[in-house]
Amino acid sequence: MSGTFVGMPAFPEAARAAVSDETLRGNLRHATHTIRAKRAKAVAEVADWAQLREAGKRIKDHTLRHLDRYLVRLEESVTAAGGTVHWAADADEANRIVADLVKATGEREVVKVKSMATQEIGLNEALEAEGIRAYETDLAELIVQLGKDRPSHILVPAIHRNRGEIRDIFRREMGRWGRPAPDGLSDAPADLAEAARLHLREKFLRAKVGVSGANFMVAETGTLVVVESEGNGRMCLTLPETLISVVGIEKVVPTWRDLEVFLQTLPRSSTAERMNPYTSMWTGTTDGDGPRVFHLVLLDNGRTDTLADEVGRQALRCIRCSACLNVCPVYERAGGHAYGSVYPGPIGAILSPQLRGTASEVDASLPYASSLCGACYEVCPVAIDIPEVLVHLRERVAEGGEAVRDGNKVLLRPAKGHAAERAAMRAARWAFARPGALRAGQRLASRTRRLHPRTLPGPGRAWTAGRDLPAVPSEPFRDWWQRTRGGRDGER
Amino acid sequence: MRVALFLTCVNDTLYPETGKAVVRLLRRLGVDVDFPPGQTCCGQAHYNTGYRHEAEPLARHFAEVFGGYDAIVTPSGSCGAMVRELYPRLGERARAEGRGGGLAKVLAPVVPRTYELTEFLVDVLKVTDVGAYYPHRVTYHPTCHGLRGLGLGDRPRRLLEAVRGLELVELPGAEECCGFGGTFAVKNAAVSTAMGADKVRNAASTGAEVLCAADNSCLMHIGGTMARLRTGMRPVHIAEILASTEEEPAV
Repeated sequence: MSGTFVGMPAFPEAARAAVSDETLRGNLRHATHTIRAKRAKAVAEVADWAQLREAGKRIKDHTLRHLDRYLVRLEESVTAAGGTVHWAADADEANRIVADLVKATGEREVVKVKSMATQEIGLNEALEAEGIRAYETDLAELIVQLGKDRPSHILVPAIHRNRGEIRDIFRREMGRWGRPAPDGLSDAPADLAEAARLHLREKFLRAKVGVSGANFMVAETGTLVVVESEGNGRMCLTLPETLISVVGIEKVVPTWRDLEVFLQTLPRSSTAERMNPYTSMWTGTTDGDGPRVFHLVLLDNGRTDTLADEVGRQALRCIRCSACLNVCPVYERAGGHAYGSVYPGPIGAILSPQLRGTASEVDASLPYASSLCGACYEVCPVAIDIPEVLVHLRERVAEGGEAVRDGNKVLLRPAKGHAAERAAMRAARWAFARPGALRAGQRLASRTRRLHPRTLPGPGRAWTAGRDLPAVPSEPFRDWWQRTRGGRDGER
Repeated sequence: MRVALFLTCVNDTLYPETGKAVVRLLRRLGVDVDFPPGQTCCGQAHYNTGYRHEAEPLARHFAEVFGGYDAIVTPSGSCGAMVRELYPRLGERARAEGRGGGLAKVLAPVVPRTYELTEFLVDVLKVTDVGAYYPHRVTYHPTCHGLRGLGLGDRPRRLLEAVRGLELVELPGAEECCGFGGTFAVKNAAVSTAMGADKVRNAASTGAEVLCAADNSCLMHIGGTMARLRTGMRPVHIAEILASTEEEPAV
């Protein structure tokens, strides 16, 4: 498995493979059901959860509406506090800025805090191409990196691995990246954690450059916030001389006070904790404490295009808690890799086709990777109506229409492979507009019912491969109603 | 009160017994229900598959057919949610596309008058004991659009609990989707089938003879899976249980 998501197959094919992998399904079922139950308990403890959810939604919507203003304000605050702000329109520009900043320090390696934004832009691969090695320091990201694997969950990137697999990866790979795994390493969680700790400690103490993302950026103060569980983030954020943070522009909040809402909703939604173990906050640079040089790279990479879409823009409220993944029955069976993006699950299914567009096969298939059961919307701490956006994006794929790409209004053509479906939908609409046509179809189905095959050809095969077909009744209801005058003449 | 049965195209075509059960049940409760023959499809499949513009004429047709009734009752959580939740959205989107408020205005009258069957029984008729008799062990699956879309809450359960002879057993993982999801069932058949199999295994673990729900499209998927897995259980729409009496028992 390669470390990037380029050339992924469409969701249904990738999901089919995952569904038949019994180990993977077992790992995912156990992990998602455990966290699901814990989250429900942690949320139920908060009496004003509904109000917090509404407040979070409103703060994000307000910020997004005035994003231009708050980003400039943030730049002023960060600059005044001794940091330098860079603006990156896309992944390439962001990668180039970071690579140049690292090269300017003369260093050849960086330590990384777990960051979705740098995964999104493929920063590690871009740095590698420039001869710079990026070490992931989050335990799960370390497992993914050492295993030459891809993350499959926003919060728990190695959720698809069990501890035996992790022990094997550590034994095999640690030595090639630094301090090897201790001899005779077992698969006991404490032993695995200790091996990672020893391996990483060396890197923390040596590194001169740290790279991070951020959960929040406060416009009024210029403060960045990283919320984490392990303490590796605190190491990366405080020990290196230079800190480079790559953050999506939608992560800004107007005021310090706004954190009051999100620091309650984020930990409970993601790890089901009342409060996360480590919350690191920094404002520019401080003499004699922490990094001496601080760079903030503000990343667009499709976010402004997403913001232009009235229905789709709510996806930018996301605080990356991953509650929607943990509750999603499709994610539970398909696993994270099937989504072909660092953003898997329901949020990924609405984020990726907006950030990247719907041109690729996998991106065009993501809006359909849902039964629209609505469990994601119910748990979302910023009330993103994910089913609404999924349907909206299905429309974009099936019917085409106006969208904004790279800042320009474009007219999208309907995606390939939907012609037959479109024709069927039109035909159904035509028939349903005429009760007589519907009745004729129903009668035909009833009269030929003895001839109906048990397995269907074409697209219908997808149904009969796993399910029996319903038996067609001898007459439709409307004929019965007419024949018996609504049962008044006797039911038979 | 003029009451219309909005049966839905799926029930009309494939599950007429559910329609007959609703008629029998409502008549027993003193409601003279009508079946406007002009009714066809609410447009849910079109809308949810991404063909919103194809759903619009169907929504207009619905408003025309059902416009003259005080209450529109449907034995389908998802079609009920289409009218109540998504018709207003159709209107809003048309307005946002610069086509004015015409569609919203046409659809507005039918939205608040549309009730899912169990809502109509509990909220409008104010009954939970409908005088039914159904001597079977039953487990109840709350379908997603009824549960999370319409917020049916414990209405179906209260109705079932009042049925004489019925033993209601808890379905493990009840609130998890069965995997039907309309066109999802064929577009992502592998995942859909896996979800269905898990739902059926959970249902079988209860020892119930019958899995009951308030939506036949979900039951079509669950029932098809039950038959394929040879569980010996059967899917039954809640209307058929509530219509069942000692004199005219349903199976």
